[in-house]
Amino acid sequence: MPKVTFIEPGGRAVTLELKSGQTLMRAAMDAGLEGIEAQCGGNCSCATCHCYVQAPWLDKLRAPSDDERLMLLNVAAERLPSSRLSCQLRAEATLDGLTVQFPDRQS
Amino acid sequence: MDPNAPIVIVGAGQAGLQMAESLRHEGFAGSLTLCGEEPHAPYQRPPLSKKWLIEGGSTASLALKGPAVLERLKVTLRTDTRVSAIDRQHREVELADGTRLPYDRLGLATGSLPRTLPVPGASLTGVLSLRGIADSLAIGAAVRRCATERRPVVVVGGGFIGLEVAAAARKLGAEATVLEGLPRLMSRVTAPVVSESFARLHRAHGVELVFGAQVVEIVGHEGLVSAVRTRDGREYPAGCVVVGIGVDPDDLLARAAGLLCERGVVVDDCSRTSDPSIAAAGDCTARRAADGELVRLESVQNAIEQGKSAAAALMGQSRHFVAAPWFWSDQFDVKLQMVGLSRGYDQVVTRGDLDKPAYSAFYFRAARLLAVDSLNRIPDHMQAKRLLDHGLSPTPEQAADPRFELTSLLKAREATSTAGGA
Repeated sequence: MPKVTFIEPGGRAVTLELKSGQTLMRAAMDAGLEGIEAQCGGNCSCATCHCYVQAPWLDKLRAPSDDERLMLLNVAAERLPSSRLSCQLRAEATLDGLTVQFPDRQS
Repeated sequence: MDPNAPIVIVGAGQAGLQMAESLRHEGFAGSLTLCGEEPHAPYQRPPLSKKWLIEGGSTASLALKGPAVLERLKVTLRTDTRVSAIDRQHREVELADGTRLPYDRLGLATGSLPRTLPVPGASLTGVLSLRGIADSLAIGAAVRRCATERRPVVVVGGGFIGLEVAAAARKLGAEATVLEGLPRLMSRVTAPVVSESFARLHRAHGVELVFGAQVVEIVGHEGLVSAVRTRDGREYPAGCVVVGIGVDPDDLLARAAGLLCERGVVVDDCSRTSDPSIAAAGDCTARRAADGELVRLESVQNAIEQGKSAAAALMGQSRHFVAAPWFWSDQFDVKLQMVGLSRGYDQVVTRGDLDKPAYSAFYFRAARLLAVDSLNRIPDHMQAKRLLDHGLSPTPEQAADPRFELTSLLKAREATSTAGGA
């Protein structure tokens, strides 16, 4: 199962082993990590699970859906080319070693 | 005052959990107890009328946080625990089993209770309402049985919950009839144009909508529901009945304890109640707004934001919750996102394509933006949220013009504030 590293706004890095198909949002919420709110619970309706995907992983992820792309236009923290919604990123074996960082604010 | 004297939170939903987490985040190191009536750890409620109702799944999949989190935060979660009274004089909460838990400060997050139909037959087997996991499981089972036995699901109430349940029933293969007392859907919160879009959507998916339907009786056979009768004498056969006519804040404990309540526990912007050692958050509250009006919200955002404010209040700080309220609903292939409160609007303009539908309705009062409902128009919603949070308003003409960029108002404001600061 892929291991994904989450960096909280305070700089703490936490590595979690995800179940296949589990979203990064779900794993981060289950672990009670700081820096994510996920108010809509993974519905792509609120953009409060925003994360920055660290190089070189950005190109290895599935491209964002139209909904995700549109939600990303107005995230609370700065939008960067590496911005994604963690509720739309699902664990798969090829993502072992992925690192994402949560911004300082979600709402 | 001992800063580490115990805090008790009554209600283990989204707001109660948020209070507990935020208290630890703010540095509270004393004993922290979270009491919930249900057998579950804090979980998400929105999926209970949406995806989870349709697809099912484990209760664990609804959990807001993994089981290890509360342990790490040293929060004592007492499930299956009903609080029967708050003794403010002795600063204790009394549990149904007689146990008394001492508190120094108290958080209330008791949520809300579905309204029941005041008609004969309302307690027949097969008459259901939705609040918790057990209710969603019961509705799911009843709807599936209706689908198999080819009997209709009758939903009383054309609001969010009723419409989401009707959509779920159709997806599960059951016939669905919605009985709404008023002349249109979601009339309490949306403009006629939005109600009309949802009426078309539901009819296109085979939901029968009946307006002006005053339910006078639920008819049963051997204790089991069989039909719903309306004032005009019509009878709607029913395999099950789901009542979705709104909720009332559960302020019973607070009221009995003498806290100021008015259709909910009255709180200020910082979630403070009339007792300085008690804060309240979420569905159970009625927030006194700046203009003196009481605002009642039933939403995840409200639970989270008031939960944070309540925690701050219990720590002696002021954290104002003044962000524009937002809500969402999924019905068939339409994503409805709402921001702001449209109450008191005098003008509505639309932006986008009404037929698809992919448009937003902008609500104004005296040409100032109050609220925006977006149907499959994510950018409008996100931009409207930022406009309202910053107190900015397009003119109705600008809002209706799809070529006008709403973000230009935000950019103009940023430019002005930068220039002003220099």
